[in-house]
Amino acid sequence: MAEITLVQAVNLALARALAEDERVLVLGEDVGADGGVFRATDGLLARFGEARIVDTPLAEAAIAGLSVGLAAQGFRPVAEIQFTGFIYPVIDQLVNHASRLRTRTRGRLSCPLVLRAPCGGGVRAPEHHSESPEAMFAHVPGLRVVIPSSPRRAYGMLLAAIRDPDPVVFLEPTRLYRTLREEVADDGAAAPLDRCFVLREGRDLTLVAWGGAVRDALAAAEALAKGGVGAEVIDVATLKPLDADTILASVGRTGRCVIVHEAPLTGGFGGEIAARLAERGLLSLLAPVERVAGYDTVMPLPRLEHLYLPNPARIVAAARRALAYA
Amino acid sequence: MAQQTIARFEIGYRRCLGPDGAAAGGLPDFARDAATLIALYRAMVRCRAFDAKAVALQRTGRLGTFASSLGQEAVAVGVAAAMLPQDVLLPSFREHGAQLWRGVTPLELFLYWGGDERGSDFAAARQDFPVCVPVGSHAPHAAGVALAFKLRREQRVAVAIFGDGATSKGDVAEALNIAGVWQLPVVFVVANNQWAISVPRRRQSAAETLAQKAVAAGIPGEQVDGNDVVAVREAAEAALARARSGAGPSVIEAVTYRLSDHTTADDASRYRDDAEVSRHWPEEPLLRLRAHLAAAGRWAKADEERLLAEVAAEIDAAAAAYLATPPQAAASIFEHTFATLPAELEAQRAAVLAEAPATPAVAAG
Ligand SMILES: Cc1ncc(C[n+]2csc(CCOP(=O)(O)OP(=O)(O)O)c2C)c(N)n1
Ligand SMILES: [Mg+2]
Repeated sequence: MAEITLVQAVNLALARALAEDERVLVLGEDVGADGGVFRATDGLLARFGEARIVDTPLAEAAIAGLSVGLAAQGFRPVAEIQFTGFIYPVIDQLVNHASRLRTRTRGRLSCPLVLRAPCGGGVRAPEHHSESPEAMFAHVPGLRVVIPSSPRRAYGMLLAAIRDPDPVVFLEPTRLYRTLREEVADDGAAAPLDRCFVLREGRDLTLVAWGGAVRDALAAAEALAKGGVGAEVIDVATLKPLDADTILASVGRTGRCVIVHEAPLTGGFGGEIAARLAERGLLSLLAPVERVAGYDTVMPLPRLEHLYLPNPARIVAAARRALAYA
Repeated sequence: MAQQTIARFEIGYRRCLGPDGAAAGGLPDFARDAATLIALYRAMVRCRAFDAKAVALQRTGRLGTFASSLGQEAVAVGVAAAMLPQDVLLPSFREHGAQLWRGVTPLELFLYWGGDERGSDFAAARQDFPVCVPVGSHAPHAAGVALAFKLRREQRVAVAIFGDGATSKGDVAEALNIAGVWQLPVVFVVANNQWAISVPRRRQSAAETLAQKAVAAGIPGEQVDGNDVVAVREAAEAALARARSGAGPSVIEAVTYRLSDHTTADDASRYRDDAEVSRHWPEEPLLRLRAHLAAAGRWAKADEERLLAEVAAEIDAAAAAYLATPPQAAASIFEHTFATLPAELEAQRAAVLAEAPATPAVAAG
């Protein structure tokens, strides 16, 4: 089995879904002949034709609204928003329609759509191309929010998202698109959309991360291991619905927790996890919960983005603070 | 009763110089002055030199992703040349020629495309908007700027430039509509370069022209040969004069062609035939104005060589200055988040400073 990248895994899952279910459609800007600006839809036009791989005019709100209509009619649209910086016009359609069509019609109509978008920084991209808006979507009742951080999880979770009967925002960390390879079996097996993944076990501390920050958390765990500290690393690959049990169980054992995300600190999804710990895990905490996040600033342009993004050194420093707390 | 026609429209097409440089119909007065034409030519050459240098810097890892305006110089330069300094330009991301004309420096442009916010803090053109990356989202800003002019009874005009792809966005339709209802002093310029990344113009809209998007907003729209800087300037002057006199907004669709890849991150050969690109090269704007000037005996080989050398020296110096500009200080990521830094952010700033003590202090330029 060949090792493939995360973006190739997305492509593989899309091809699988298109082949196994004729209701699946891929739409978005440049998804056809160009194969998507990151090549996530490479080769799909040739294989599945123009009726199913649809290049849209440049109109994000319409791409989302169109998907709502298609989904209500029984299609399974998988729409691509080229970068999360251009996803904001879509929020109206997601909040007012996609997420609540089922509720409003008491289940008569529903919205089984997937909105894919590359997210996050660390690739020296232009302005508005490095955003991490996951918390905005996690705040919307009725939306699932998924961020895979490995090729295998991307494959399984995208298949699950496409098969899911409700709308899913599927964010793909740009900086992981090509940085790691994994063997991925094209077996059509879905990964759960309501589970955190424990990527590394450890007794002393729990590192909780998602998206691009997962690699930083793993690197920090590696560094901490050299100093004899066992850090457990949890990938919150599905933010919503949140598998708080896995996090609580881990922190129940370690007593210390560092939450890592690229999005700005305030109002970030780390706050939700910290709240769950305060609600249900307070007595097992041996130290205050630490958060390593983007700052409450506009995402800097590439020359200084490394100062903004969480990195292993910042995570290790936070871990040491948590460990030193008596 | 038989149906009656209750509305009609026509879209005009303006061209002053044909691809061979020969006058195609009457020339505007400004085009009879060789010095004026040479200034336009010089601006296009300068823009092209800037573009080429930016692409070269990107290819060698010294600049970020860059959007070249190769082949479209006449749109940006022609529009900017029609503006007055007190007008406000709202560019998208392929209007380097307009920005340079209005006094934004090549160094500032290099800084911006090199990933440094200082590149948007223009020393000149202080009220011009920075590059707009979210496609079409600046069109309503232009209406807002124009409303401000109108409220203050100032004889100024807002000019937004965006692409053919942008005309598919709600923002653009909404901006045109509001500008029409309120008769705002704004000019919307569609730089129709036939492509929006891989999506060709005919897959963007079923309308015969993009200029006619103005019709639904009740405002005038016209098409102009966007590779003819004289025609672009003439059309823009007319639209600006209209707006300035209180007669309201208009739309200019400048028909041009994107000779480059979409950006340095793009590979147009995946979706566009090389033969199509080759077919458009003979129509490019510099060739045309140079031929016109040469035919009039106003431009010789020596003039061309002198200009190229002059422009290359300027652009090379700007590139060198850019490469020698240290990054901003670490704490700068907090600066300008708000007018004054809230106390809460002070703690975060201290954390950054603790982490990056070695980052050099703010450098000049
Ligand atoms: C709202 C939005 N969607 C998508 C993009 C990504 N993107 C950048 S340029 C572009 C095509 C723009 O086409 P057009 O308006 O014709 O301008 P051109 O690039 O041809 O100058 C796209 C899709 C973006 N920047 N903004
Ligand atoms: Mg275009």
